[in-house]
Amino acid sequence: MVNDLLTSPPGWIHAAIFLGLGACLLVIVLGFVTYAILAERKVLGFMQLRPGPNRVGGRFGLLQTVADVMKLLIKEDTIPKAADKPLFVLAPVLAFAPAFMVLAAIPFSDHLKFSDLSIGLLYYIAISGITTVGILMAGWASNNKYSLLGGMRSAAQMISYEIPLVVSVVGVIMFSGSLNLTEIVEGQKTVAYMFLSPLGFIVFLISSIAELNRTPFDLPEAESELVAGYHVEYSGFRWAFFMLTEYVYLFAMAALTTVLFLGGWNPVPFLGFIPGIIWFALKFSLIVFFMIWVRGTMPRLRADQLMEFAWKVLLPVALLNIFVSAVVKELFLR
Amino acid sequence: MIRTEEMLLNVGPQHPSTHGVFRIVLKIDGETIVEANPVIGYLHRGTEKLAENLQYTQIIPYTDRMDYLAAMTNNYVICHAVETMMNIEIPERADYLRVLVMELGRVASHLVWFGTYLLDIGAMSPFLYAFREREAIIGFLNEISGARLTFNYMRIGGVKWDAPEGWIEKVRDFVPYMREQLAGYHDLVTGNEIFLNRVKGIGFYSKEEALDYSLSGANLRCTGIEWDLRKDEPYSLYDRFTFDVPAFDSGDAWARYQCRMAEIEESLKIIEQAVEQFPETGEVMAKVPKIIKPPKGEAFVRIESPRGEIGCYIASEGKKEPYRLKFRRPSFYNLQILPKLLVGENISNLITILGGIDIVLGEVDG
Repeated sequence: MVNDLLTSPPGWIHAAIFLGLGACLLVIVLGFVTYAILAERKVLGFMQLRPGPNRVGGRFGLLQTVADVMKLLIKEDTIPKAADKPLFVLAPVLAFAPAFMVLAAIPFSDHLKFSDLSIGLLYYIAISGITTVGILMAGWASNNKYSLLGGMRSAAQMISYEIPLVVSVVGVIMFSGSLNLTEIVEGQKTVAYMFLSPLGFIVFLISSIAELNRTPFDLPEAESELVAGYHVEYSGFRWAFFMLTEYVYLFAMAALTTVLFLGGWNPVPFLGFIPGIIWFALKFSLIVFFMIWVRGTMPRLRADQLMEFAWKVLLPVALLNIFVSAVVKELFLR
Repeated sequence: MIRTEEMLLNVGPQHPSTHGVFRIVLKIDGETIVEANPVIGYLHRGTEKLAENLQYTQIIPYTDRMDYLAAMTNNYVICHAVETMMNIEIPERADYLRVLVMELGRVASHLVWFGTYLLDIGAMSPFLYAFREREAIIGFLNEISGARLTFNYMRIGGVKWDAPEGWIEKVRDFVPYMREQLAGYHDLVTGNEIFLNRVKGIGFYSKEEALDYSLSGANLRCTGIEWDLRKDEPYSLYDRFTFDVPAFDSGDAWARYQCRMAEIEESLKIIEQAVEQFPETGEVMAKVPKIIKPPKGEAFVRIESPRGEIGCYIASEGKKEPYRLKFRRPSFYNLQILPKLLVGENISNLITILGGIDIVLGEVDG
């Protein structure tokens, strides 16, 4: 349907339809964010011997996040006196907008996709880089020393980890011969790329956790060192925007991992009667759970160790992965 | 040429990792610390001065609030000092109870340290696991003394309450349970590559430096000096138990971690033996005069608290209040090495080093 719309001449109706679809996606993603936060709190609670939210919205705390967001919405909007006002206001928006933009390129099933970009993968990586600017801007504009340190760490970290992240997917691109995410999924009909390129998968998984600023790579907001890092001075809904960014990226990154390495909506053999979207959701949830699990287990790295790890371990392994993938492709996939 | 500038960063007194109201003013170059100036005193309550107007028994609750993570050892040190001055003989059962509660307190205190240290380093879960076990210990202490933290349990001449029925059995059952949990901690944390990278070689000082700075407790034993007052100057009943003094050579945060974890095991050994030897019946209070008036003179006693050597000096004029009371508070002494350790370190290491010293602000500020 989307393709028909795209090829037909533009008009107001089309604009309205696209706007409607966009709003639909936003609602789905926000719904996910709401329950991902709840899931994170519940799963962490389960791992840490505590019940997690269990008051608002029944005994599973189903409305807890909604209540939290409501609280943030009606909070006083404070901007520190010494802050750089325009930048301070712009930063959360700049951080959030790309998080949502990248979702446009991700196919959720063979029918459910919003734009079938031929360079979907490249688009994702390029757009997600903008968030770093937002975070650095927040760190600088707050005019707070902790924020500045957090912003600096964040910039260094994001730039360092983007490189292994990109290099690790080169293997996948070689197998599928395309940057189009739909074609990458189609290429995994018989075997998922995580088995063909396990090295790449591991490097990608680690770098993606670092890109998401999650434990053990949560240095930019290391609460025990920098109090809260780049968003120390933010409160109310501006702060919520940063949290939103984080969780929308969690959604996007888990979806991207599913698409690139876990075979997207392709079913496990003999279980093809289950619809693709459910397979996608299952694999996707697995990745999200993995990230929450890691958060419940690991301590935090130190800034210099973080850099060392990216440049001295992940990058060489990712480069090696290109070579190994080429050999695998030459030997088995001719 | 880029012009760089040193930045003044004020850490604390309201900061998640200063374990209370400790403040440290850092001069940083990027993330490297050039100079560190600790500022203390935010929690100063003048315990020693207050004590000059209090009767000896009335001082005991004040000691609870110094090292609030191991209040039993504080209780003990003041009682021990007065008892030494007055030559009071303690009933055996009371002495066993004292050892039991002190060692339980030591385990609880080290558990809090373990949990918060890992929390500082960024791991969330160990904190909650450690607090589960600590909760059990606090339950025991609550049952015997009626309070969870500020026990006010010991008295000059013995202890206030006898152990309730079944208490000893519960403590006995706790030992194997705690050992099992400790093995779990080691599985989760001790072998973790990230954790090892964070603590190995961080905050190193040598034997000589440790002695020069008058460090004690695990902060001293981590340099390889086996000095534990329970062994070297036995007080109470500690000469009746067999236990080791864990010491490690590397002198870094990793050695301090290993030291404290090993001390939990040693404390469990002592608890096990104390429960076995516990006398069936007996008094828990010696015969002491209603109003305690130590003879004219002075006394200094020191014992091993979870944080190091805690000492109590009393100068008496033969009245019911002390003329002068002084506590040697181990956290205060241990903290002195901090500015030296911090120079040239990364901000992340600040947390590792400060946490590794294991201070309690109530004790630092007195």
